[in-house]
Amino acid sequence: MEQEILKVENLSFEYPDTPVLRDVNFTLYKGDFLGIIGENGAGKSTLIKIILKLLPFSKGRITLFGEDLAKFRDNYRIGYVSQKANSFNSRFPATVKEVVMANLYGRKGFLSRFTRADEDKMRAALAKVGMEGYENKLIGSLSGGQQQRIFIARALISEPELLLMDEPTVGVDARSVELITDIISKLNERGMTIIMTNHDTPSLVRAADKLLIFCEHGNGEFVRRRDLTMEQINDIFAGKRVHHHA
Amino acid sequence: MPEIFAYAFMRRAFLAAALIAVIAPCMGMPLVLKRLSAIGDAASHSALAGIALGLLIHINPILGAVAFSIAAVLGIEGLRKVFGGYSEIAPVVVMSAGIGLTAVLSGFIQGGSANLSGFLFGSIVAISDFEMCLTIGLCAVVIVVTLLLYKELFFVTFDEEAARLSGMPVGAVNFVIMILTAVTVSVASRIVGALMISSLLVIPVAAAMMIAKSYKQTMILSVVFAEIFTMSGLFASYYLDLSSGGTIVLIGVVFLIAAAALTAKRRR
Repeated sequence: MEQEILKVENLSFEYPDTPVLRDVNFTLYKGDFLGIIGENGAGKSTLIKIILKLLPFSKGRITLFGEDLAKFRDNYRIGYVSQKANSFNSRFPATVKEVVMANLYGRKGFLSRFTRADEDKMRAALAKVGMEGYENKLIGSLSGGQQQRIFIARALISEPELLLMDEPTVGVDARSVELITDIISKLNERGMTIIMTNHDTPSLVRAADKLLIFCEHGNGEFVRRRDLTMEQINDIFAGKRVHHHA
Repeated sequence: MPEIFAYAFMRRAFLAAALIAVIAPCMGMPLVLKRLSAIGDAASHSALAGIALGLLIHINPILGAVAFSIAAVLGIEGLRKVFGGYSEIAPVVVMSAGIGLTAVLSGFIQGGSANLSGFLFGSIVAISDFEMCLTIGLCAVVIVVTLLLYKELFFVTFDEEAARLSGMPVGAVNFVIMILTAVTVSVASRIVGALMISSLLVIPVAAAMMIAKSYKQTMILSVVFAEIFTMSGLFASYYLDLSSGGTIVLIGVVFLIAAAALTAKRRR
């Protein structure tokens, strides 16, 4: 039987006087790759922030790894990568190693020190994003694309089962976009469940096997990509609402 | 033994300064890196109001400083939320309140500004046994907590959102940073002076950031630099008969300018 990772039922969210999400429903199983598509302000990032418990929701139910979201405490099972390249302070004096290993802190006690196994995890995470050998470089000395790969490595070091990515390739050069897309596909092939938003809709539709398409009214249409016709996919590329009747 | 160490007050001053030189940059690191350097200023000016009240009602001025600077940093945290995107207004408001209160209270102190001036610019001759014990105790607390929370301080300073997502109690860590900053500022007001302590929080860290190759190295170097500034400042102030706080800060500023010039030359 497929392992259920995330179940969202009748989820609604509103900012004061502005409804954003309305009755959103979908279920993800292990190894799924969900692409969230929609205009700016359609609620894509809001949905990710709700799943991460960074925003409270007004109505509905979210179940993560079979547990109610409010009771979920195993944060290490979730990885998150945001649009870091743009907001990052390049003069911050931290090495790649310090940045990546920080994501192990949540599972360490006050007095615990890093072990050799932790260092191995750091090197393995860097290898997954093609940045081995960079551990002693200052994070600010790297290019935007390299920095973003480091932030993906930071998310991977805690060995998450679900990886949420909010526009991870914004402000990143073309070569790095290609590398990052490849890294994400490989992670998904190895069984990692992925949720991603991306301004580049065609590349997201190509990579994802499930899509959540936000149109007007914020209720989101959840479809499997293989159920869509070419015409419907072209409609999505063109920013038109998909007419899907599964 | 050099003449300078023949005096008990100088030995006390060196010990207190050496301890302050450890804790000031430790608390300066999160403030500088979170772009909250102004909080040091606001806390130290509020500490002055506590010192003035202490002198007025005859309780130890450092205890008054601790109470007022803790109230100040908590007030800043509250006001930052009120001002939202313009949160830099908060420390300015609290600093104004601190200065205003100090000015009003000093009018009621017997001896007035003369008593207060030792705390404005720092005074090495005035450390009592009780204050020395208080300084050692509070410095020990700051050092132990900083070492225990080293990982947490780094993560919260570097990326608060990611720290929260990893399960770290970010609110509690920020609270600890604020309280320890208030304690540091209060303890240092005697030696370095309340008007100058924020420079000891910021300058060693700023100088270390120009040279260091990691967060850990930045922290170690900033403590080393702070020790150099305070020790050489105390020597210079003794032999040249200068104000201790002012000399320490000026040595720091000259050092920082030299480090900046060397770094700029190396980059060219």
